[in-house]
Amino acid sequence: MQGSENIVRKAVREYGKGRENLLPILQMVRKEHNYLSEDQLREIATEMDLSSADVFGVATFYSFMDMQPKGKNIIRVCKTITCFMKGKDSIISALEDALGIKMGETTPDRKFSLLEANCIGWCHKGPAMLINDKVYTELTPEKAIQALDEYM
Amino acid sequence: MVMTREEKLARINAHQERVNLIFEKIDTQGLMEKVMKLENNKILEYIKESGLKGRGGAGFPTYLKWKLAADQKSDMKYVICNADEGEPGTFKDRKILEEQADKVFTGMAICAKVIGASEGYVYLRGEYNYLVPLLTTRMNAFNEEMNQLGLNFTLKLRSGSGAYICGEETALIESMEGYRGEARNKPPFPVEKGYLGKPTVINNVETLVYCTMIVMNEGGKFKTFGTEISTGSKVFSVSGDADVEGIYELELGMTIQEFVDLFGDGDTKAVQVGGASGFCVPRKKFKETIIGFEGVPTGGSMMLFNSTRSMYHILMNYMEFMQEESCGQCTPCRVGCQQLVKGIQAIKHKKRPATYLDDLVKLAKTMRVASKCGLGQSVANPFISIVENFREEIIY
Repeated sequence: MQGSENIVRKAVREYGKGRENLLPILQMVRKEHNYLSEDQLREIATEMDLSSADVFGVATFYSFMDMQPKGKNIIRVCKTITCFMKGKDSIISALEDALGIKMGETTPDRKFSLLEANCIGWCHKGPAMLINDKVYTELTPEKAIQALDEYM
Repeated sequence: MVMTREEKLARINAHQERVNLIFEKIDTQGLMEKVMKLENNKILEYIKESGLKGRGGAGFPTYLKWKLAADQKSDMKYVICNADEGEPGTFKDRKILEEQADKVFTGMAICAKVIGASEGYVYLRGEYNYLVPLLTTRMNAFNEEMNQLGLNFTLKLRSGSGAYICGEETALIESMEGYRGEARNKPPFPVEKGYLGKPTVINNVETLVYCTMIVMNEGGKFKTFGTEISTGSKVFSVSGDADVEGIYELELGMTIQEFVDLFGDGDTKAVQVGGASGFCVPRKKFKETIIGFEGVPTGGSMMLFNSTRSMYHILMNYMEFMQEESCGQCTPCRVGCQQLVKGIQAIKHKKRPATYLDDLVKLAKTMRVASKCGLGQSVANPFISIVENFREEIIY
């Protein structure tokens, strides 16, 4: 995989080989490829002179370091209490219907993955969700589906 | 006391205008020029006299933290701004960073001058990555300003990746050093051995802004608010069944009753103070419970629940949150969280007798003393306060 080799080397060159740069490097590689493959983790370990178990251990710890192939756009619907009270379930149902997938799945065209997240910090404007880094608040089922249009 | 929403808003706004420290627009560059001429001891004195305690929730005296780090002899020291705001129901740091980044950075620079740090980091939770472009721009400009002022201090930005535990200061350091976000044993405390083994001050976003304002006002204003034990004001994140939701700066020392009168929907049966790791205050205790270190301490999360809500669902939501966010390194927390979730489900579905709830309370108490870090230790707070006050709702 020529492409993945490049991104790993590029990330290590940009941040440096010190262990304290492992998180930014993992974040950069994940962002480029929407997930971290085992090959990439081994490559990062080699480049940084760490054991692959160490790198694997760190990557699997963080919930945003996706370890399975994901869609180009990742939807994370907040499931914590106030968003739950304000109807996150109806948002999830609407998204599941619109995308034709269930919670946790990725669309066959790899455009979207639908996930839940713990509190994303918009409790006063729930229900809320993230699509990649962008925040959507005070959702209704209609607004949630409309938001998808930006990524179609 | 029954008020219309307009009356509530008018009162809240009047209160906010009177306090107005965090969101007041100030000339941070002018302030830094002044700070450069101040003796470090004078700055420490201002912070000490203010009685400021950490606004992240733990409430450690800020003066003492700075002093301990200043007293350390080291070639390298760090200042870290903890912007890993993950507690359910809190979202004030996001707004502070969005609107007052310069005041946060100024607080870090003041701290750096006092303790002798040359590098600073803002650890921003991954969920707030939309702020990265804004913060990077402001940070670059600020670094340039510090350079011109002759202060050897550079700020950098780090992002988290969706782990609540990294808000715990030693877990945050582990994460910054490229490890799993697993809390360390204390002591040694970060002021002695922090980031890369060097003396490090870690302050919450809001704490740093208060430091900026305390120094700007030469110790005044802030300490005129609050109570003897809980001096000053605090930014609250209000959500749930509330007439008025959002982010508000209020004096410490209000009772929950006063708070509910201002923000509630007239039917508040419980307030969860301090998020999933905080305490549930039932209606019968509203009048006697003070918001502050003498009553319920809080990082600012205030979630209101009215009588239509099932406390079972609320407790389950918190426990599932803790179960997912437990880092898993120590057994009391890892296994305890799982068993609390399973246990209340079993009671609800009549697979266990109601008396099993008492065993679960014992388990929560064990977690309080046996867990390694604040996460596991604080699971007992919501669990016991909800179970004791709403036992019937949990069982039936």
